Amino acid sequence: MQSTITGKAYVLGDNIDTDQIIPAQYLTYNPSIPEEYKQFGKYALSSVPPSQAGLPKGHVPFHTKDEFVSDYTIVIGGKNFGCGSSREHAPIALDAAGIKAVVAEFYARIFYRNSVNGGYIIPFETPDRLCEKICTGDDLKIDVAAGTLHNLTTGETWQLSPLGEVAPIIDAGGLFPYARKVGMLKV
Amino acid sequence: MPAMTMTEKILARHSGKDQVNPGDNVWIDADILMTHDVCGPGTIGVFKKHFGQDAKVWDREKVVIIPDHYIFTADAMANRNVDVLRAFVNEQNLPYFYDVGTDKYKGVCHIALPEEGHTRPGEVLFGTDSHTCTAGAFGEFATGIGNTDAGFVMGTGKLWVKAPPTMRFVFNGNMPPYLMAKDLILAVIGDIGCDGATYRAMEFDGDGVFALNIEERMTLCNMAIEAGGKNGIIAPDQVTLDYVNSRNLRKKSYEVVKTDAGAQFIYEKVYDVSTLEPVIAKPHSPDNKAFVSQVSGSKLDRAYIGSCTGGKMTDFRAAAGLLKGRTVKIDTFIVPATSEVAKGLKTERLNGQTLEEVFLSAGAKMGEPSCAACLGGPSDTFGRLNTPISCISTTNRNFPGRMGHKEAQVFLASPLTVAASALTGVITDPRDMMQ
Repeated sequence: MQSTITGKAYVLGDNIDTDQIIPAQYLTYNPSIPEEYKQFGKYALSSVPPSQAGLPKGHVPFHTKDEFVSDYTIVIGGKNFGCGSSREHAPIALDAAGIKAVVAEFYARIFYRNSVNGGYIIPFETPDRLCEKICTGDDLKIDVAAGTLHNLTTGETWQLSPLGEVAPIIDAGGLFPYARKVGMLKV
Repeated sequence: MPAMTMTEKILARHSGKDQVNPGDNVWIDADILMTHDVCGPGTIGVFKKHFGQDAKVWDREKVVIIPDHYIFTADAMANRNVDVLRAFVNEQNLPYFYDVGTDKYKGVCHIALPEEGHTRPGEVLFGTDSHTCTAGAFGEFATGIGNTDAGFVMGTGKLWVKAPPTMRFVFNGNMPPYLMAKDLILAVIGDIGCDGATYRAMEFDGDGVFALNIEERMTLCNMAIEAGGKNGIIAPDQVTLDYVNSRNLRKKSYEVVKTDAGAQFIYEKVYDVSTLEPVIAKPHSPDNKAFVSQVSGSKLDRAYIGSCTGGKMTDFRAAAGLLKGRTVKIDTFIVPATSEVAKGLKTERLNGQTLEEVFLSAGAKMGEPSCAACLGGPSDTFGRLNTPISCISTTNRNFPGRMGHKEAQVFLASPLTVAASALTGVITDPRDMMQ
């Protein structure tokens, strides 16, 4: 697990569902093929309605310099991030776009499992409604071990919720390495 | 032994424990793993990466592969994905593969699973699709998972699960003829919100539930995920057992599990179905609830009847009852969930006409069994919203872009409400068309 995650914030609202994260027409790519995995980065967050994309102002493109990788590193969301389908392509799209962590009030359970078990991004939870306190483009730093989020642009610091029982899985790098570590998997 | 809910009991039995409490993390044994054309290739990739190119699935009798999402399309990548499934099935010699273009082809996986006898009370079903929770209607623990989890199950037959607390929804009273299970579940989702059951089981109970046929019970459980539920579940009764036994061709034994008296629920809500009105979910969330009467008259461009939650015989029977002898005012798409349903539409008659004839003579368009436009899909998908139009649909999600165009407006409602609205071109309460 990385000890710190730094980069720019991309802020979204509540109920960002998996269709907004990766629209269904792109699910024809096979994430097991590295060249196709890259494509998910290109279409990440492409169905977020423009007025809701990059809060508080909205209408902020997720990609500018590179068509596959975003300029942003940390996504800030509100409630129920990742609701909807079970498509693992959703955390994959964020990972392929260069996102390292999402910080949201809470997650839909399948998206949360997929993020953790696939080892794509760290899904942090926050007791604060940070999607109304952080602006798209703010420079952020997450201290993973301490569970703190620093807004380097404004000087504010927030305590994130502990990763709790999924911390060992995130630390191992996902379900397979974790299962090997605890003896559930011999291969 | 302390009292447990059905969900807790099933998880306990599948983890070799006497008792499981909400919040416990347990490794459980899977009875069935289902995957399809959208998540199958990724799952197979995960399986081969971690278990080896020559690895075999943990139990070939327990892996079910049902292509259903992107089937009737010229999209080369979508067709390639079905080829990936074919190659894997051949290599593993899997007995349960419902291939496109063969007489085994079924269509939507959540309806195909029970039709083909892969759902049984007391079992654990994992599927790479969020609507796997549909099978809770058979009294089993059924939940959606991603590719990594599914790849793990494919190799080991096991997965860790956090035991959810159970919310109980009791429906009492006699259901009036203008209501369907879709109205009940849209009412629940609207009341608790699309995150109201996050990390929780939703158990449906009460005489109003047990008066429903098995298809309507599937509609209730199907949309548990729309409230964030980990699973939806209904205790098996004679209706369940009659259905399961008639389909359980391999005579696999199973054990009926029911919630103990005195089991703890984290939440309970009681509905009187005799007084409920038809419910609709407005754009852009399944919890954006209104009574149909509150939004009636809103203009529509399209009506859509299909999907795992709204494309079963019960759904089409209800729609046909309203469409019979009348003409639709807007483009109306009919998509049977499975080939069995499609066959039913060609054979079941209403006053002399088959249901398919009823739909065609009303001016509706008929599609092939598959997920079709429920989730948008490739641009040539039957019924897909390629422009920002307004659609009323019997499907289960209306998030932005779900059925295609991200500015399209999608209203979710029962087949009765959708059929009534198709006839007028505006949102219409089915009671207005049933006199």
